[in-house]
Amino acid sequence: MSTLTGVGEPSSRDRKREVLDRAVIRFCGDSGDGMQITGNQFTNTVALYGNDLATFPDYPAEIRAPAGTLPGVSGFQLQFSSGQVFTAGDSVDALVAMNPAALKMNVADLRPNGILIVNADSFTDNDLRKAQCKTNPLEDHSLDAYRLFPVALEKLTRLALQELGLDSKTMDRCKNFFALGMCNWLYNRPMDSTFRWLDDKFKNKPLLSEANKLAMKAGYSYCEATEAFQISYEIPPAKLSPGTYRNLSGNQALAIGFVTAAQKAGLTLFQGSYPITPASDILHELSQYKNFGVMTFQAEDEIAAITSAIGASYAGALAITTTSGPGMALKTEAMGLAVAVELPLVICDIQRGGPSTGLPTKTEQADLLQALFGRNSEAPIPVIAASTPGDCFWVAVEACRIALKYMVPVIILSDGYLANGAEPWRIPELSEIPDFPVTFVTDPVGYKPYSRDPVTLARPWALPGTPGLEHRLGGLEKQDISGNINYEPLNHERMTHLRAAKVQAVAQEIPDVVPVGDPEGDLLIVAWGSTYGPITAALNAQRAAGKKIGHVHLRYLNPLPNNLGEVIGRYHRVLVPEMNMGQLLWVLRAKYLVDAIGYNKIQGRPFKQAEIEAKIEELLAQ
Amino acid sequence: MATATLPPLTKKDFQTDQEVRWCPGCGDYAILSAVQSVFPELGIPKEKFVVISGIGCSSRFPYYMNTYGFHTIHGRAPAVATGLKLLRPDLEVWVATGDGDALSIGGNHTIHMLRRNVGLKVLLFNNKIYGLTKGQYSPTSEFGKKTKSTPFGSADRPFNPISLAIGSEATFVARSVDVFQSHLRDTLKQAAAHKGAAFVEILQNCNIFNDGAWFDLTEKDARSEHVIQLEHGKPLIYGKNRDKGIRLKGFDLELVQLGNGVSESDLLVHDAHHPRAAYAFLLAHMEHREGFPTPIGVLRASDVLPRYEDVANAQLASVIAKRGKGDLNELLRAGDTWEVK
Repeated sequence: MSTLTGVGEPSSRDRKREVLDRAVIRFCGDSGDGMQITGNQFTNTVALYGNDLATFPDYPAEIRAPAGTLPGVSGFQLQFSSGQVFTAGDSVDALVAMNPAALKMNVADLRPNGILIVNADSFTDNDLRKAQCKTNPLEDHSLDAYRLFPVALEKLTRLALQELGLDSKTMDRCKNFFALGMCNWLYNRPMDSTFRWLDDKFKNKPLLSEANKLAMKAGYSYCEATEAFQISYEIPPAKLSPGTYRNLSGNQALAIGFVTAAQKAGLTLFQGSYPITPASDILHELSQYKNFGVMTFQAEDEIAAITSAIGASYAGALAITTTSGPGMALKTEAMGLAVAVELPLVICDIQRGGPSTGLPTKTEQADLLQALFGRNSEAPIPVIAASTPGDCFWVAVEACRIALKYMVPVIILSDGYLANGAEPWRIPELSEIPDFPVTFVTDPVGYKPYSRDPVTLARPWALPGTPGLEHRLGGLEKQDISGNINYEPLNHERMTHLRAAKVQAVAQEIPDVVPVGDPEGDLLIVAWGSTYGPITAALNAQRAAGKKIGHVHLRYLNPLPNNLGEVIGRYHRVLVPEMNMGQLLWVLRAKYLVDAIGYNKIQGRPFKQAEIEAKIEELLAQ
Repeated sequence: MATATLPPLTKKDFQTDQEVRWCPGCGDYAILSAVQSVFPELGIPKEKFVVISGIGCSSRFPYYMNTYGFHTIHGRAPAVATGLKLLRPDLEVWVATGDGDALSIGGNHTIHMLRRNVGLKVLLFNNKIYGLTKGQYSPTSEFGKKTKSTPFGSADRPFNPISLAIGSEATFVARSVDVFQSHLRDTLKQAAAHKGAAFVEILQNCNIFNDGAWFDLTEKDARSEHVIQLEHGKPLIYGKNRDKGIRLKGFDLELVQLGNGVSESDLLVHDAHHPRAAYAFLLAHMEHREGFPTPIGVLRASDVLPRYEDVANAQLASVIAKRGKGDLNELLRAGDTWEVK
C-alpha cells in the first residue's frame, strides 16, 4: 500500500493510455451490492471532469431478492464522452459484475473484446447454483470473446481494511468501492469527489468513510501495481455550451423545477403524494425544502394525495401531486373535479410498465392515452411531456405556468428512464425564467365565480377568507358566469365547450414545431418523451449517411402545436417510435388522417440507437 | 377613538338564495337550521367559514350555507379539507358528510383525518341508509336490513360511527339528534370550541327511505327511557323518573335501578376529558347491549394534542429559522458543479 501515489490524482504510468471519444460502462451486482451508489459516484466523477453523459439505472422491484439470484440483479449503465451524449449507450465497453447472476444477466450486452471485471470470490459452487450456472463461466471458455479480469474483490478488500478492526460483513460491504477504484484507474479519473461524498455521507461514522476510501484506494493501486491492465483510457472533456453545470436526474429536476415555479408565481408550493415507484424521489426531494416554504403531505392514499392538493389549490397554493400509472388511475375522478371547479393543479405521472402493477422499476410510455382521455365524460386537460432528465426542470416550470394562467389541471408525463437517469444540466440564471405572478380577486363588486378572462378563458381565483366573495364550488354542473348549480341542457353544452376551449386556448402560445434535421424530405420522425435520446442519436447518424430525415419531438401533447399537421405534410412518410403499442400514432392518425407508421418497443427498456437506425433504414429502403 | 363595529351576524347571514332541495320532512332541514343558528354566535367573521362536503344528500349542505363552500367528490371531503387546513390554519373548516360518504367510500380519509387531529369539525349525518341513490343499505344499517339491494336482508354488521372515531383516536367525539334542536346547537357549539378534530354524529331521519330509523330514541315516550344524555361532571342517570343509572363494575359498565341502597353517588360521573380513549369507547358501546340506553352528548373532548396543521406549519417555521429562508440560486447550484467556458 505504501506505493500508492497521488491519491485523488491519476498517477503517471508507463503503460499505454488510449484516448477515446466515448465509453460505456456498466456496474452490475446483487441489489445489496451498492451498484446504484457505485454508478452514481462514477457518474459524478466523469461529470465533474466535464464529459457529457447519460445514465441508465436498472434495478429490480424487489428490495433484496435472495442474495446471488437472478431476480436480485441490479445494474447501472453510463455513457460518457468528449462529444454529445444522447443515450446511455447500446453496447457496453466495460462491465463490472459482482457475482455470477449479474454476469449472466448482463454479459450479452458487452461488446466483443470488451473489458469484463468480475468478483472472482463469488464464483463458488453455491454462487453458481444460485445463478443457475451449470458450469463455471470463468472456466468454461464462454467468456473467451471478452478481456476477462477475475479479481478477488472480497479477499483484496479485507486485506486492505485489515487494520481497521471491522467485522468481515462490514469489510465485504466495501468491495464495490474497490471495484470503483479500479474503474477510476482504468479511465484515469481522480477519486476526490467520491471521497468528499463519503465524508459527507458518513459524517457520524468516520470509520466507515475511512474503510470505503481505503477500499477505493486499494482498487486503484491494485491496477497500478499488478499491471493487470496493460492499457488505460482517457476521454477528454466535452464541448458543452458555456455555463455552470451539475449532474441531475429527472426526478430531482422536477422537484427543483416546482420550487422554482412556486417562487416565480409567488405562491406556496404544496405537494400531496403517496409513495409509488418511480415517483417517490420527488416527494423525498421536496420534503427537504421546507426552508423554501414547501409543504409536503404524504397522504393516506393516491386519492387523498390529489384531493388534498385540490384543497391546497383552493387555499391559493401552487398544488402538485406526483405518482405513476396505477396512482394516476386512482386519481382519475379527482382530476375531473379539478376540471369542473377550474382550479390550477399539476399532476405528474412518472410512467412505468403496466398494466396493473406491471414492471414497477422499468420504463414505458403507455399512459399517454390515459393522460389525454382517462376521465369520465368530457374532461380535457393539457398534457406536456419531458424529453430528457434536465428537461424535466423546464417542463415542471411550464406546467405550473399553464395551470396558473388558465386555471386548469395540467398533466406532466415523465417515465422511469428519465426519473432515474441523469445528465449534465446547465444551471439557468433565474433571470432566464420569467416571473408569472398570480392575482387573486379581492373586490366583491361584480365578482362572479365563473366569469372568464377573454383571452385565457380562466375564471377568477377567489380565496376562502376574503370578505364578500363567499361562493360555492363543486362537481355539479355550473351555470355559466354565476357558478350556481345548473342542469339545463344548453348550459351544459356551453360549459362543455368552454372547458374544451380553455384547454385549446393554451395552443395560442405553444411555439410552432421546427423539425430537427431536414425541413422536408423522405421521412419525418414524430415522437415524445424519453425516446428523445436514441432518436436524436439515430437521426444524426443517418443524416450523416445522407438520409433526408426530420425529427419533431413533441413537448405539448394536448393541445398539439398549431402547425404540426402542416409539418407532417412535408414528408413522404411519418415514423412514430414509442415505448407502447402506438398511442401517439393513434392520436396523429385520428387528428391528421396521416398514414403514419408505428415502431413499438414494450420491453421495459429504452430504445437503442441501433434499433431506431435499423427501422429508418428499413423504411427508406422500401 | 371610536372603533367601528360591524353589526352582529344573524342566522339570515348564513342562508343562501339557493332553493333547498331536500325532501320535505327530511332531518337535514333541522341540522341546517341548527348550524345556521350556531355560526353567528361563534364570533367569527363570515368569510372565515368554509363548509366542505363529499357526495350524498347531506353533502348538498354547502350550497345552502352562505359561506365559502366546496362540494367535492364522494368520500373525499376530509382530504380536501386537510389540504385547505394545512395552508390556512386560520379558517374555520366544517365538513358535512353522511354515513355512506364518511364510513364507506371515504372511510379511509375519515380515520386518517382523525388520527392526524386536523382541526376540522365533521358533521356526520347518520340516517342508516343511502338516500340519494334511493334506498340501499349503508354501513350503519342494522344487520339483516332489507333494502332494494338486500331484498333478503343484509349480511353486514354495522359500524358504530362514534366507536370508529374513538378507535381512530379522535380528540372530540359527540353525538346529537336532528330533532333535539337545543341539544344539537349546544353540541355544535362545543365542537366549535374544540381546537383539534371534532367528530359529531347526528342521528337524522330519512323520511323517504328509512323513516323512523331513530324513532326508538326520538319519539316522545321513548326518548327518556332509551337515551342517556352525557354531561361532563354529571352522573350517568336517565329514565322518565331519573331512576336509572350506569355504574362501573370492574372494567365494565353496569345498569342499575336507583333505590334499594343504590344512590346517585354510586353512579359513574362522566369525564369527557378522560385522558384515555378507552373510557369513551366503553360508553360508545353501551347501546349494543340489551337494556342499555343510547348515549348522546360529548363522549370525549381531550384538547391536549396539537393540531396537524399547526405541527406541519411549525416544522416549516423551525426549518426556516434553522437554515434561513431558502435561496433559489443556491438550490439550483446544490451539490457538485463545474464550469464550462
